Amino acid sequence: MILLRRYAVVLVGAVAVVLLQVVLSAWGATYYMTQITMSAYYSLVVIGLCLLMGYAGQVSLGHAGFFAIGGYTSAVLTTFNLIAFRGVPWVDGCRSLGLLVARQDLYGANLLTVSPLLAFLAAILLTSLLAFLIGLPILRLKGHYLAMATLGFGLIVYRLALGTAVLGQADGISNVPPLRIFEGLEVTGRQPFRVQNYYIAWAAVMAAMILGINLVHSRAGRALRSIHQNEEAAHSLGVNTYRYKLSTFVLSAAFAAVGGALLTHYNGSIGPSEITVMKSVRYLAICAVGGMANLGGALLMGILLNFLSLRGVFGTYDDAVFGGILIAVMLLSPQGLLRMPDWREARSFLCRRSHG
Amino acid sequence: MADPLLETRGLHRFFGGLHAVKDVSVAVPRGAIKAIIGSNGAGKTTLFNLIAGTIRPQGGEVLFAGRPITAWKPHRVAALGIARTFQTTKLFPHMTVLENVVMGRHARARSGFLAGMLSLPRTWRESRLMEAKAREILDDLGLDDLAGQPASDLPFGRQRLVEFARALAMEPQLLLLDEPAAGLNIYETQELSRLILRIRDRGITCLIVEHNMPLVMTISDEVAVLDQGQKVAEGPPRTIQRDPEVIRIYLGDDHA
Repeated sequence: MILLRRYAVVLVGAVAVVLLQVVLSAWGATYYMTQITMSAYYSLVVIGLCLLMGYAGQVSLGHAGFFAIGGYTSAVLTTFNLIAFRGVPWVDGCRSLGLLVARQDLYGANLLTVSPLLAFLAAILLTSLLAFLIGLPILRLKGHYLAMATLGFGLIVYRLALGTAVLGQADGISNVPPLRIFEGLEVTGRQPFRVQNYYIAWAAVMAAMILGINLVHSRAGRALRSIHQNEEAAHSLGVNTYRYKLSTFVLSAAFAAVGGALLTHYNGSIGPSEITVMKSVRYLAICAVGGMANLGGALLMGILLNFLSLRGVFGTYDDAVFGGILIAVMLLSPQGLLRMPDWREARSFLCRRSHG
Repeated sequence: MADPLLETRGLHRFFGGLHAVKDVSVAVPRGAIKAIIGSNGAGKTTLFNLIAGTIRPQGGEVLFAGRPITAWKPHRVAALGIARTFQTTKLFPHMTVLENVVMGRHARARSGFLAGMLSLPRTWRESRLMEAKAREILDDLGLDDLAGQPASDLPFGRQRLVEFARALAMEPQLLLLDEPAAGLNIYETQELSRLILRIRDRGITCLIVEHNMPLVMTISDEVAVLDQGQKVAEGPPRTIQRDPEVIRIYLGDDHA
């Protein structure tokens, strides 16, 4: 029973996902699935951010940066042509091991690049490593100071992407190949793969949800909540507060990287618009409107708001809408970012367990 | 006093120009209740924070069971078996009473971040053990009926007790109590003194910072007096009560 209650969001979500697919297919409106798939990838950022902000109580205004580092890493590695190095023993060695793959670009030129699967893993690892190195100094900061430091990080990533030739500057990187998981299953935006990709994206989201839910209900998750609610007390009980914050920061960055890399392979491209400050604000606003310490709410809002935004419902007021949402949430919940309406959940978790 | 459980040697701490703790050496004998008294601003809580690692001393050392722990971070101090309560109760307001006490088991459990995310079977077993121990302690303190209540819903006196329970859940060797009687009425204070004596009788050494003289004089085995950051007297309660220096400080304080 506890398990059923705990994973209810995932179960309900899974059923809804299948129903939606069936309805959309029957209705002949599978094109909606494209935006849902993209929303799912953006929601991975929101899930990670929800763990970081809602549970551990640490603000980040730089998660678009991690999303982009994931996306750009995968994009660069799978488009940077190593054909000139053909014949160099270690390059050929890598190729025979399948770490490098050959293909032709749109114009028939031969390309030799890192295999997408390897690039994807590298994207997650690199992003996690960078999150660790950046988190090391800035997680010593609290509240507004941490928010500003993460904001600064996001701005730096944005400017680096805009200014670096290998990252495509203002154009970003296009012609990113599909990510083939195995024969017949690949992350790509090509039309015949539409339904398949809808499910791949949701599988990633549900996996993240399950990991997140497990974490929240574990010893580590309780420690995270304790840091949020009274850091000094948590510290005095033996919680290594700094390490827990850092771990959560790295985890949320890794989730963002998975979303960024998969979406890049799905879209076949990534550009600097993914790294703007407003993207980070958007993730934060979605988290806030989802209820901060509420993974299910964050996911629901992540899908809904991103979907509406991608469908162009907000028109040119896109960013203004998300700014407005953030203001509204802050006004309506006076404790703002520190609001944590999860005691009911925590209470039912422990009480029901003892009574039934 | 041959083998004190906790010892400070010549601790110093400044806050700007204020010499908050000045060359303070105190020893807490194993199994005893030791009290630190002094007027407001005498440096009692600062001394506590120096021991617990919340702030770093600018001179001197802290020894626990003969081992130097000077300037150790609070979580490491806690892992050694030093528990503390706070002058203003610091519970986790949005957790239940039971969860608060389970947090006291944190340092006694191991499963980490990844194990939690993967929900490995051993994390389940460990959670059950943590919860069982927490319930045992709640039962012992007569708080079992509050287990499911959010901590922020409790009246002040109960919150204090829950904080106590949380500290006891750590199964500490040394318990640091920062003004445990502050804000309690006379009955609650009596209940508290019985509780502290019971804790001591189980072999947990207690170091108490307290204003409440009747409480201190009844339960302590030893008292140290701080005034303006310095230790001015130390000894058994009866001697301290007759110490002219202590009387001067306290009468001055009372008549201020």
